[in-house]
Amino acid sequence: MNYNFKETMSKPERLAPGHRMCAGCGGTIAVRNVLRGLHEGDKAVIGNATGCLEVSTFTYPYTAWEDSYIHNAFENAGATLSGVEGAYKALRRKGKLDETYKFITFGGDGGTYDIGFQSLSGAMERNTDMVYVCYDNGAYMNTGIQRSSATPMYADTTTTPVGSESNGKPQNRKDLAAIIAAHDIPYVAQTTFVQNFKDLHVKSEKAIYTPGAAFLNIMAPCPRGWRYNTPDIMEICKLGVETCYWPLFEVVDGKWILNYEPKKKLPIEDFLKPQGRFKHLFKKGNEYLIEEFQKEVDRRWEELQFRCSR
Amino acid sequence: MAKRDRLSGNEAVAIALRQINPDVFPAFPITPSTEIPQYFASFVANGQVDTEFIPVESEHSSMSAAIGASAAGARSLTATSSCGLAYMWEELYIAASNRLPLALALVNRALSGPININCDHSDSMGARDSGWIQIYAENNQEAYDNMVQAYRISEHQDVRLPIMICQDGFITSHAVENIELLEDDEVKNFVGEYRPENYLLNPECPMAVGPYSITDYYMEAKRNQAEGMKHVEQVVLDVAEEFAKVSGREYGLFEEYCMDDAEVAVVMIGSAAGTTKDAIDKLRAEGKKVGLLKIRLFRPFPADAIAKALSNVKAVAIMDRAEGYTNHGGPLGADVMSALFRARSQALAVNYIYGLGGRDVRVEDMESIFATLEQIVKNNDAGETYRYLGIRE
Amino acid sequence: MATDITKLGVKATWRELTEGMVIAGVGTSKDFNTGEWSTEKPVFIEGKCKQCLLCVPVCPDSSIPVKDGKRMAFDYDHCKGCGICVKSCPFGAITMEGVE
Repeated sequence: MNYNFKETMSKPERLAPGHRMCAGCGGTIAVRNVLRGLHEGDKAVIGNATGCLEVSTFTYPYTAWEDSYIHNAFENAGATLSGVEGAYKALRRKGKLDETYKFITFGGDGGTYDIGFQSLSGAMERNTDMVYVCYDNGAYMNTGIQRSSATPMYADTTTTPVGSESNGKPQNRKDLAAIIAAHDIPYVAQTTFVQNFKDLHVKSEKAIYTPGAAFLNIMAPCPRGWRYNTPDIMEICKLGVETCYWPLFEVVDGKWILNYEPKKKLPIEDFLKPQGRFKHLFKKGNEYLIEEFQKEVDRRWEELQFRCSR
Repeated sequence: MAKRDRLSGNEAVAIALRQINPDVFPAFPITPSTEIPQYFASFVANGQVDTEFIPVESEHSSMSAAIGASAAGARSLTATSSCGLAYMWEELYIAASNRLPLALALVNRALSGPININCDHSDSMGARDSGWIQIYAENNQEAYDNMVQAYRISEHQDVRLPIMICQDGFITSHAVENIELLEDDEVKNFVGEYRPENYLLNPECPMAVGPYSITDYYMEAKRNQAEGMKHVEQVVLDVAEEFAKVSGREYGLFEEYCMDDAEVAVVMIGSAAGTTKDAIDKLRAEGKKVGLLKIRLFRPFPADAIAKALSNVKAVAIMDRAEGYTNHGGPLGADVMSALFRARSQALAVNYIYGLGGRDVRVEDMESIFATLEQIVKNNDAGETYRYLGIRE
Repeated sequence: MATDITKLGVKATWRELTEGMVIAGVGTSKDFNTGEWSTEKPVFIEGKCKQCLLCVPVCPDSSIPVKDGKRMAFDYDHCKGCGICVKSCPFGAITMEGVE
């Protein structure tokens, strides 16, 4: 696949301005750039689970979408697009439609990892010809920063608040990309906003144009929930990758491929430090929490390296 | 040319669907509706339809996918019962508020708990305020005929609302009865092509569906939706008239059985109406002026027409195959009594809860109801208006 | 036919709303001004710009239009002043108060 950054950025914008996502939102950065994976002239239907993205991009009568768009509910974005894709197949078969359409669904980690997991799993298992994109900001941000199964350990959220008896979320995050890969679908990838978006653009195009089900997990920081300095989003993403907290990988037809290995893996503190949700970890006496966090990052990174070495 | 056959209600509905050849059918099995997608899957497997059949992982997803397909521009439907319908709950409202004319073949079954697989109407009665059209059948012939008429009603440009075609679990869905089927071509021509105005897969004009609505719009949106419902009664009658021309079978908003001179009457929904007709035949032979009003269209509720049909009745028993837990009776009772009140009816009305979880309703049971009504007329007092039929005390 | 959203202001009557609340057409949000959400805006110093376009993908608000391979002026009707683009520019061609 030939990739050209300038050409990619010159494609027509498919997420119009005027949506009401917060200033500095990572979610819309993810969406805009995923949609650049579509070839010019190809039509698409976009699905969306309830969440920030939905309430902010289609607030009646204002749609920010430049393609057909459907929001149904919180937990059923996978099934809803299954129905749309089913309609496409049926209408084509019956000779009622000639055009080519692509099907892309966006959900936050709440709609994807948690409440929408069954619907997603079903759509993936049926190998529905669609891309499910999770913009993972690691909490239920729309309802006010409650923990999700994507929330990293020790994060301070409104349902795992830090207190005298609490260090934030007690559990590790779910490894959703691996779970979706276990569905044996043709394409799974994890990415974020690094390398001038080449990784994200290339993976989006691959995901969209791979026949059958594809899943993209995109770390999309939320300045309000993560409490970092809003303009620093790109640095946060870079640190996520350089600390191996958020590795870049693909699973193509069952084959695990590591896309990037940091020359020098940075300590996890570098990723945690700029984020207010981890502020308590840097209090004196809490060093062991960071050690625990580091251990989990190391364990997962080794596991990933092992998977990719086979 | 009509074809005579012997079919269960499920098979009859499945055959109607084969003849309709819808575009998308997502489904998840649940007793006693399971046979409908099963029969349909075999039609797909044998190339008798070119429908996209999507075997999803839950009822929530079957309704979600049916909504997606309908919004995309396809004629879609699903089938379910009981807890399956309950699991779809929020989606029912979304289908209706999006004004999507999809169909649901509902085989009525008691809701849990305790878990029970047999017939009552607690499932669909709970969905009565969801914005769906609800049409009920007494037997397999009506289930088939209602399914054939479904899309003509739901897709009508003045309506555009989802439609639930209900039949009684096991009693209708599994019992094999004689039936008259229309020819495939007759159904195809009657139902016609689906031509949505706005849809996702319209290459000429993309569409956005499912917005967030701020308070400024929400109430107006609901009122706009209610307008579709207002047109349903007339469309149901018009479609029935056209259907009668093809089939020779006549339908209305409800069926009146021996109502012309009836002094006491029963109002009910579904298969037990057949039992009630037998009781009426017996009592009529004894010279008793008894009658039945069998509801076909329950949502929207044809209150004026029902009150008019009951205008000469002295006492009426409204039979609910679902509890309402209002301490006053069930949902049909509430609707009929409110219709009578609005019409300033002087009829004495009682509301019975009956047949829950598949409890059998016998001819004698219905005779006892008519006897009670006669007594009520004699006493000029309805007595306890909230009653259970055949409960062990 | 695309919906004319100018008729769908908050005072629209129930008859005026679109059936099923669908909007036929795309990109109607452009009519909604989010530029007024903040007073601080990035400033584009065209002379320093090398047209690398690195600022384009980082904008959450699609407010850096591209034409013929070149970035245009900021869309201040929609820019919310988040400051991410300032940080993305390797050439110091975007400045904004408070963002280094």
